[in-house]
Amino acid sequence: MKIAVASGKGGTGKTFVAVNLFHSLKNKGKCVALADCDVEVPNALAFFEADLCNEIEVTEFRPIIHNDQCVFCGKCVEYCEYHAIFYMPSSRYIRLLNDLCHGCAACSVACESGAIENSSTVVGTVSSYKYQNSVCLAEGRMTTGHPSPVPLIKATMKNAFQDQSEYELYDSPPGTSCPFIQTVAKSDFVILVTEPTPFGLSDLKQAIDTLLTMGKAFGVVINRAGLGDREVYDYLERNGYTLLAEIPFEEEIARLYSEGKVVSEHHEGANRVFHSLADKLIAYGNSSN
Amino acid sequence: MEIAVISGKGGTGKSSISAAFMSLVSNVMAVDCDVDASNLYLLFHPFHDKELVFVSGKHAKVDNEACIGCGRCEELCRFDAIEMTQGKAVIDEISCDGCALCYRICPVDAITMIPVDKSRMYIGTFRHGNMVYGRLAPGEENSGKMVNQIREISKNIAKEKLCPVTILDGPPGIGCPVLSTITGVDKVVIVTEPTLSGFSDLKRAVELVRQYSLPTYVIINKCTLNQTVARQVEDWCAQINVPVVALLPFSPEMVEALVEGKTIVEYRPQSDMTNLLKKALSEILF
Repeated sequence: MKIAVASGKGGTGKTFVAVNLFHSLKNKGKCVALADCDVEVPNALAFFEADLCNEIEVTEFRPIIHNDQCVFCGKCVEYCEYHAIFYMPSSRYIRLLNDLCHGCAACSVACESGAIENSSTVVGTVSSYKYQNSVCLAEGRMTTGHPSPVPLIKATMKNAFQDQSEYELYDSPPGTSCPFIQTVAKSDFVILVTEPTPFGLSDLKQAIDTLLTMGKAFGVVINRAGLGDREVYDYLERNGYTLLAEIPFEEEIARLYSEGKVVSEHHEGANRVFHSLADKLIAYGNSSN
Repeated sequence: MEIAVISGKGGTGKSSISAAFMSLVSNVMAVDCDVDASNLYLLFHPFHDKELVFVSGKHAKVDNEACIGCGRCEELCRFDAIEMTQGKAVIDEISCDGCALCYRICPVDAITMIPVDKSRMYIGTFRHGNMVYGRLAPGEENSGKMVNQIREISKNIAKEKLCPVTILDGPPGIGCPVLSTITGVDKVVIVTEPTLSGFSDLKRAVELVRQYSLPTYVIINKCTLNQTVARQVEDWCAQINVPVVALLPFSPEMVEALVEGKTIVEYRPQSDMTNLLKKALSEILF
């Protein structure tokens, strides 16, 4: 079962939930893997001592435009939906605007004079790690300055693990736009992590709307329970959405997390919460099979 | 002057701090660039003068009757968005980037491009000045392009209404909407928190901002949660010559203010937190 851990709002505790859920499922003897798909700022792996065993570079198409072979017909410019080709036929000048290029290769298809050479650019890496005798941790890491994380998220989900695990957890990027969609699209179940604040609620609603449009099964985890207000609870109850778990706000939990520790290893309360969450997912997995 | 507030990591308190800054400047131009999770309107309840449609892109659509199943579109699509199923091209809308190559090369013109236009941009006024923000419809793409458009709008309004300071609340991460938020601004403020993840994301954000050679300031929020890491962050900033303009303690009052629909400056105008934020803003401005 593929499970995405996501949230509309950033910083609600996605990574915290993904890391601790991974730990709890593993403790129950389940075959579980965790991939960090928050490729812009990945940090799930910092919680584990794991050994790098494979790294692949992910590339995307980039044209090289040869000014001297160009006949200035303008067809590539017409084909480029992203306005990524700077073109001044009167001065016989043509150049790629790299930041705007999405790598669709339409220009290459358009060119009939052989002025466009097919090349590529590195968008990031996908690394797999061995942890406790199996390759069960992975992350995608985008090259700084590259604009779009989407191709790398796709590559991470496709290449992270060779062997199939019973449970694959994907730590998703925040938001509800393309990076989020890409991660949840391939998942069987989505855990939405939120916090009981007006910002948390507003972003949760947007994330749920998106998942409903996509027809995805989901459940909600409320982190930092006790802070804020009851609006998130009321919203869930009113709509009959599943509240999977509540993690109380405690300075001790925040401190353990800030030190890079797997909190449920050191905190009894958190341990209980994640064990019960793991049980719920196992039950869900069994019932849906 | 345009000041962008970003964070790398989400949830460090970027929006709460941006909002506090916005309530400290009179006749401010407030811009919410976190278009796929915009929140500031919840605090500021702007009066909308104008609502604009944002076309985020296009999606390919296949006319099944016309499709002859030649597979040329599938072969050329770089986004793996087309699969031939029972002799017909089927578009995966999630993967489709809207490049229109399939539309251009289809020998029987079976493909049309449909504009995606559910997202909206809002222009208005609120209790501290003017506000522009965008709301990307769930699942839509091209947030960077939307940020560019709302920034264009905000520049014109700032000029027209003589707003001295524009504050941009940025999205998390370091991808396209963040690049669009910081391109061409005068100063960048990075809000971080003293956690290992916060620190690691701060480094990536600083690396990005450095590529643009922009004056950069750091605010370490929720310092009291881990003084040791807070000190490490402070030392690292000193080493790379990035000024730390505020060390803010963790305070449940920040959340209480939100629940009340206020910024911390409005909720607790006499508090230490407000004073620290005032001091930080004046250091950034002058």
